[in-house]
Amino acid sequence: MRFNHAFIEKNAILLLVLALVTVSIGGLVQIVPLYTIETTIERVEGVRPYTPLEQIGRNVYIREGCYLCHSQQIRAFRDEVERYGHYSLAAESMYDHPFQWGSKRNGPDLARVGGKYSNDWHKAHLTHPQDVVPTSIMPSYAFLARRPVRTDDLQAHLKTLRSVGVPYSDEMIANAGGDLAAQIDPDGDSAALTTRYPGAVVASFTGTPAGATPTEMDAVIAYLQMLGTLVPFQKTPLENLVQ
Amino acid sequence: MTAQTRQPAYVDDVVRAFMVATVFWGVVGFAMGLLIASQLAFPDLNFGLEWTSFGRLRPVHTSAVIFAFGGSGLIGSSLFIVQRTCKARLFGGWQLGWFLFWGYQLFIVLAATGYVMGITQGKEYAEPEWYVDLWLTIVWVAYLVCFVGTLLRRKEPHIYVANWFLLSFILTIAMLHVVNNAALPVSFFDWKSYGAYAGVQDAMIEWWYGHNAVGFFLTAGFLGMMYYFIPKAADRPIYSYRLSIVHFWSLIFLYIWAGPHHLLYTALPDWTQTLGMVFSIMLWMPSWGGMINGLMTLSGAWHKLATNAGLRFSVTSLAFYGMSTFEGPVMSIKPVNGLSHYTDWTIGHVHSGAMGWVGFITFGMLYYIVPVLWGKTKVYSEKLVAWHFWIATLGIVFYVCAMWASGIMQGLMWRAYDANGFLQYSFIETVEAMHPFYLIRILGGVMYLSGALIMAFNLWKTAFGAQDRAAPAAIPVPQPAQ
Repeated sequence: MRFNHAFIEKNAILLLVLALVTVSIGGLVQIVPLYTIETTIERVEGVRPYTPLEQIGRNVYIREGCYLCHSQQIRAFRDEVERYGHYSLAAESMYDHPFQWGSKRNGPDLARVGGKYSNDWHKAHLTHPQDVVPTSIMPSYAFLARRPVRTDDLQAHLKTLRSVGVPYSDEMIANAGGDLAAQIDPDGDSAALTTRYPGAVVASFTGTPAGATPTEMDAVIAYLQMLGTLVPFQKTPLENLVQ
Repeated sequence: MTAQTRQPAYVDDVVRAFMVATVFWGVVGFAMGLLIASQLAFPDLNFGLEWTSFGRLRPVHTSAVIFAFGGSGLIGSSLFIVQRTCKARLFGGWQLGWFLFWGYQLFIVLAATGYVMGITQGKEYAEPEWYVDLWLTIVWVAYLVCFVGTLLRRKEPHIYVANWFLLSFILTIAMLHVVNNAALPVSFFDWKSYGAYAGVQDAMIEWWYGHNAVGFFLTAGFLGMMYYFIPKAADRPIYSYRLSIVHFWSLIFLYIWAGPHHLLYTALPDWTQTLGMVFSIMLWMPSWGGMINGLMTLSGAWHKLATNAGLRFSVTSLAFYGMSTFEGPVMSIKPVNGLSHYTDWTIGHVHSGAMGWVGFITFGMLYYIVPVLWGKTKVYSEKLVAWHFWIATLGIVFYVCAMWASGIMQGLMWRAYDANGFLQYSFIETVEAMHPFYLIRILGGVMYLSGALIMAFNLWKTAFGAQDRAAPAAIPVPQPAQ
């Protein structure tokens, strides 16, 4: 029997089903294996969930749409590696809900901005970017310094993240409030924080006094200062980076 | 109402409302684009306020043009098309139609007000938070029911080709929207949610969504529009029925694979990147199939372009469609993408598609549909249509050329080395070099927006100005199939 397209054209439900099947195939082939092939995420050490302060800072970063001008994805090109650092690994964003790789660089890539500038520089830059980079086209984010972060729902945030797959332990969730306060108090005891979150930067990011509620600017700077710093590349065998 | 005995009229009030919304959101969306483009040239225009910063307004611009302007035009015209090509009244009648209209407008307003206040999921083109996503899901299911219900009560044996594209658009957007936006709210009373996916998988799912928002919302949907309004305005049948079949199935099959070309050279595994690149290149063919089918429909009717300025928009939109769907595959080739990615070249590419294809096909549709819907014999002023056409076309040329120049230049500057083997330019030097091109882009945007304002005036006078009213549209008596 010769196939006749008119048969499909006369049957709305058949057309609907065939179209749905046709548009489903590509997505299934490209997405499902990313969950089943184990080497999709490289076998590297150091990647951990964000501290409560970093996670809040990340949420502010998302809220302000920073990703619309700053990528967090260094490609494996000579110039990018020299400008920004080691090319980005899939493992480095494995706890990112959502990913913030970005698609446009109106400003530079931030995947490894952690530790490149001082906290004071970040504070001045976020407050009025043109004070430190005169020809910058970045907007001012001075209002972040005037706004204390919300602390009453910290545990709810970490629990929600755990539900979608971030390995926050009961201990991390129980101590979220203490960990938040400890991260802006360099003179206090931060051993528990850095044990739970190795490599966390403890600092007076913007001069908020210890014991006071951190501001949103503290949180953003804490987040920026850890970006791209977790994986110990010197100690990682090259074959572990193969996908 | 004695619907059983007398032929009820088409549900056109809803279509009229959608057309008003299309023009309104078009002007809003283009104005927002002009503002944020100006912010990149003059950062003081961020006004130092959180609500007016580039990061918060950019999604307002993209959502306003894609979902508000494009969406209203698409949904409205699809209700017009499906009723007429099926010779049937809208399924669900005016009740479901008005729910669709107000439900969709509410979605737009909820999304946009959220962005300004900083409520966003942080995924491009999928910024609305969970409660807005849930609402859109309800509205979209109503749309699907409305559309398929009307197809099922058609009095024509065949489903017209425009409806194949519209159906695949509605279905695929539903699939993409539900999968990409899967998220868990922090609490029922909190706007904030965390997405179900992370990192590399999230990136893949997001661009599977994002690219097919282009592929199905901005392409398949508008091809549906093209397949109705170009034959109507030119008064010619579709050039090739066989080409329609081939390019329909190949387009919807291939498009869905193209997402990874947004992630070339990233941490996405190589095999996925290669698939994305290969399918993106193949996509060139069915895309041009649609362009050829549309353009060749004018065979023997080209003289109509001289007198029908609205048709000029439709035909030029196909030229822009052909250009963007050639440029897209070129930019998907990995080494080319290595240069173009993260630069303004991408922005230029998107805008030749959005302003040239989506904008122009919609303007052509509006110039045809508004006189019909308001019972007028013609648009208020053909001369103003011609003005709109030339101002907007020149505006796009300024815009796109400026972005080609700035994008390629910035890409080359990022990778330039000096004689000593050091990177030649700091990042900020490459930003400074963009400034003149950003000024040219502003000029292009001003022209495009001016054209839209001329159109708004012209259509207003067409619909509500003094002119003889023709009889309201009634459903024609079905003719026996040949």
